[in-house]
Amino acid sequence: MTNEIASTAPQGTPAPEPPDRIMTLLAYADDNMVLAQRLGELISNAPELEIDIALGNITLDHLGVARALYTHAANTEGEGRTEDDLAMFRTERDYTNLLLVEQPSGDFAHTMVRQLFFDAYQMELWKDLSVSIDPTLGGIAAKAFKEATYHMRFSSGWVLRLGDGTEESHRRTQDGVDALWQYTSEMFEGEAGKYRSAWTTAMETAFVEANLEFPSDPYQRTGGRGGFHTEHLGFLLSEMQWMQRSYPGLVW
Amino acid sequence: MVVMSPEEQFQAIIDAEDKIEPPDWMPDGYRKTLIRQIAQHAHSEVIGMQPEANWITRAPTLYRKAILIAKVQDEAGHGLYLYSAAETLGVKRDEMQELLHQGKHKYSSIFNYPTLSWADMGTIGWLVDGAAITNQVMLTRGSYGPYARAMVRICKEESFHQRQGYEVLIRLCQGSPEQKAMAQDSINRWWWPALMMFGPHDSDSTHTEQSMKWKIKRVTNDDLRQQFVDMTVRQADYLGLELPDPDLRWNEERGHYDFGDIDWEEFWHVVKGNGPMNRERVAHKVKAWKDGAWVREAATAHAKKREARSAA
Amino acid sequence: MTYEVPVAPGEKAEIEETTELSGESWPMWEVFVRAHRGISHVHIGSLHAPDVETALENARDVYTRRGEGVSVWVVPSTEVHAFEPDAAADYVEANEKVYRLATTYEIPEEVGQM
Ligand SMILES: [Fe+2]
Ligand SMILES: [Fe+2]
Ligand SMILES: [Fe+2]
Repeated sequence: MTNEIASTAPQGTPAPEPPDRIMTLLAYADDNMVLAQRLGELISNAPELEIDIALGNITLDHLGVARALYTHAANTEGEGRTEDDLAMFRTERDYTNLLLVEQPSGDFAHTMVRQLFFDAYQMELWKDLSVSIDPTLGGIAAKAFKEATYHMRFSSGWVLRLGDGTEESHRRTQDGVDALWQYTSEMFEGEAGKYRSAWTTAMETAFVEANLEFPSDPYQRTGGRGGFHTEHLGFLLSEMQWMQRSYPGLVW
Repeated sequence: MVVMSPEEQFQAIIDAEDKIEPPDWMPDGYRKTLIRQIAQHAHSEVIGMQPEANWITRAPTLYRKAILIAKVQDEAGHGLYLYSAAETLGVKRDEMQELLHQGKHKYSSIFNYPTLSWADMGTIGWLVDGAAITNQVMLTRGSYGPYARAMVRICKEESFHQRQGYEVLIRLCQGSPEQKAMAQDSINRWWWPALMMFGPHDSDSTHTEQSMKWKIKRVTNDDLRQQFVDMTVRQADYLGLELPDPDLRWNEERGHYDFGDIDWEEFWHVVKGNGPMNRERVAHKVKAWKDGAWVREAATAHAKKREARSAA
Repeated sequence: MTYEVPVAPGEKAEIEETTELSGESWPMWEVFVRAHRGISHVHIGSLHAPDVETALENARDVYTRRGEGVSVWVVPSTEVHAFEPDAAADYVEANEKVYRLATTYEIPEEVGQM
């Protein structure tokens, strides 16, 4: 896909957007798409009806952000592709989402820890991008920031309840932290490094309240932004893309 | 002065098209009938999430995925409104759910059929939510206040459900031959189960008379079913889909469509728990509930700790 | 009928209403929503939640999914105290005003349903 974007435009058309800008939009879109797909697996499985409804809202928010960003990337690219082309016809090597969001949801503690890690990161990201020089991206980011604030309240609230709940819930939450910690550094690679300290402060607050400990294992896994994923993503995409790949070119 | 018994007073409120509210005196039979009906209705909404949630991860476009998530989420909301209404009659939501898990409470048989293609997302919205609306509009005028009010909210949302389903089918029917065949196959599988949703013939239906008098039910099963068929034929024609009933034809004299008889053997089979998906649906629900037990406990434990801390 | 399950031949119509619960239930909350500025909060339903934060969040999710409210209150159901006129007295009262009841009036059959 990268070379497609870089291909020479016919004469007379405006110069193509630098591909790295589109790549950045796609990376953010992929994060939200993959997470929405993961959360979409959960509906009808929640511990209470009220939680099912809340998770439904959060899923819809992430899906909405993904759609807006894919559309914006496609328009920027200017080759007539649509949000669905970008979501359904790119392979797992093309996807550049963070490894964190493709991780299976696991139990509810695991799910909430994944959400907390990601929500805190997205709050910083959207706050920053809401003043972007690209007004479309700025608009998407400003709306997404409001949503992320609500998501963060939900995930941090649950991490607190579970971390400071029963012995079992505490153990499960700490297990979630230990398992997912290795995917956190990736969020702060390159330019995103500037979000790290605010994120760390947010985690310190959340962990103290919830009696959770920072993992001692320093190992960090990375690669998502370069299309080098965990094995989970392929399965996720094959399910998501199955209809479009089986019946290409149709209107639904 | 005419002295009315509580029963007469109660019936007078109903006859005057007024609502019965939770603290009012009510005959035990009225209360029991309502609990049964509302609980089963709530269970149906919640179990009904499963056949559609089944397709969320596979929806063909992101737009359709968003619609489907919103719809399944609405059904969870409907379940919640209805459990709330039932709770005003003195039954607990957790107890109702527990009885569902034990197989002692039932839910609508329609959800015991599998969703086997994307077209089923269209058909369910169009026919299943459509059949439900036919019935639920009547329930908004029911005599029990909390139930009628819940139905008003639900009806508003159901109309979105039916329309999005019909739109899914329009796309398929205006699409490729493959898509149209997918739609036809889906209608073939859902048409009869949808008609079964209206229940047995009035002649075989117990308690109809009493429920009509109490205005828990306001139109009979057969009348509602007829209304549904009359409405649906035209919609199927527009799609260019065939309803799988050779006996379906317009009856000039009656001013209604005639239609074939339902396979009542299948009907009772599924009601009694032997439909294609009965066991899976309940097992899914039980698993979610059991898996969530430690979460519910943890939240309670945390709330208590916090209370203790703030009291200290 | 629709979402009600018919009584199969040989089955009893009544369903069980109570059973043993393994865990403690989350408390119930009443939800009040102000639909727009200038009008009062109106009772809209109830829900279950372990604490007030969750109750508020759930109320928002459950009862304002379509932007139905600008302000939401939640109150523990146990904290709602009601004045319900004594049932017996109520009957007396109502009995004195039978003219309020439609059934008080005899309508000639010839005029049909009224
Ligand atoms: Fe519903
Ligand atoms: Fe429904
Ligand atoms: Fe519905």
